[in-house]
Amino acid sequence: MSDEITVAITGMNAKPDNPGPGLAVARCLRESPDFNGRIIGLGYDGLDPGLYLGEFCDAGYILPYPSSGDEALLGTLKTIQEKEKIDVFIPCLDAELPNLVRLRPSLEEMGLTVFLPTPEQLRLRNKDRLKELADHAGIESPETKSITSAGFFYKCQEQGWSFPFVVKGLFYDAQIVNSTEEATEAFRRIAAAWGFPVLVQKLIKGEEYNLTAVGDGEGNMLGAVMMKKMAVTSKGKAWAGISIDDKTLYDASAALVKAISWRGPLEVEVMRDRHGIYQLIEINPRFPAWIYLSAGVGRNLPLALLQLALGKPLPEFDDTRTGKMFIRYAEETITSINEFEDVMMKGGHSLTRPQDNK
Amino acid sequence: MTSNEDMNSNPFPPLSNLQRLAISESGFVFDPVSGHNFTVNETGLSILRLLQKDTDVEPILSQLSNDYDASLRDIERDVIEFASVLRDFVGD
Repeated sequence: MSDEITVAITGMNAKPDNPGPGLAVARCLRESPDFNGRIIGLGYDGLDPGLYLGEFCDAGYILPYPSSGDEALLGTLKTIQEKEKIDVFIPCLDAELPNLVRLRPSLEEMGLTVFLPTPEQLRLRNKDRLKELADHAGIESPETKSITSAGFFYKCQEQGWSFPFVVKGLFYDAQIVNSTEEATEAFRRIAAAWGFPVLVQKLIKGEEYNLTAVGDGEGNMLGAVMMKKMAVTSKGKAWAGISIDDKTLYDASAALVKAISWRGPLEVEVMRDRHGIYQLIEINPRFPAWIYLSAGVGRNLPLALLQLALGKPLPEFDDTRTGKMFIRYAEETITSINEFEDVMMKGGHSLTRPQDNK
Repeated sequence: MTSNEDMNSNPFPPLSNLQRLAISESGFVFDPVSGHNFTVNETGLSILRLLQKDTDVEPILSQLSNDYDASLRDIERDVIEFASVLRDFVGD
């Protein structure tokens, strides 16, 4: 990619128990010899570390929360766009997608190219429609039910819902609950954060496997990378994992992508029992936080997405490499109160790449 | 207790599951499909090497009888136990 382009990436949060994917996406691009552009990190909190990491981002800005409304978001993006001249915009958080997919014409009018699903495609992979999609793709999935009242937990056993099971947000968050009290507390917390309905899902025992890829919007799944979680954080997020190659998982995921002609990045989460039977847990409409493994196995998916967005030829994907591991670690970055002030009071700032200081 | 009945049905995982395993000289084994890894001792390593060529029980018992100073009955019992552990790791 010879042209110098500017890419904006969201999800610059990186709390160790539940990091956003943005920094890993930025790292995939920054370290690629085929990328020679600028990266603009976008976050929602002044303490998102990606807003201060010059090795990955050339500038960092704060966006208003999705709940602030379209006007606030578009206004902020317009201000950033006037300064940074962004070519491609890669959102990385689940909660952003419904708004951004709907606002795609406004984003494109601003000059921000996106490679996102349509609102209909996004709706089809909603967590409350998982079973429908899984059936279509020929993969098992645990029983899932939408609820709008915590009263469900007081009579759930009569309806065949024995504890433990999982309480999930429509966009994000999940908690295994073991009692009515625990379920009620989880319901209230998740509803407050993510709104209604709240989902309950039967608990599947097994090992968790994930696949990430990019859908080209024409039914094809590109550059699949599969991973088995080897260690997880207290929130169930991968802390270590290993690349694998399982045709069953690949075929099921390819069928899911084909069923909805998915356009954009995605992550398929499944549980696998000891007999090798997969149960579809969810489909996330974005890259996962472990996406750096894709660069590690020679399938740089953020770079592929960029090429698709720009209508350029895809980079070559290496043959599947199994046995490549990632082990995540937490690290501090040192910044100054002046930098923090810029982010908090001016909404963002430019960053200097470390090598430029040498 | 081991019996001829145990040996009549093949106790090992399918040959295709065994052939996909990456086995190092140190006895570290990686299954690229399931992502599992495990370690085997020297005896386990030699059995796995044989199994990657053929999962017939008889040649394996015969080879182990030649290599180790143990009764056929003991070897059969250990092989059955090893096969059961292998099925857990690489699937059946």
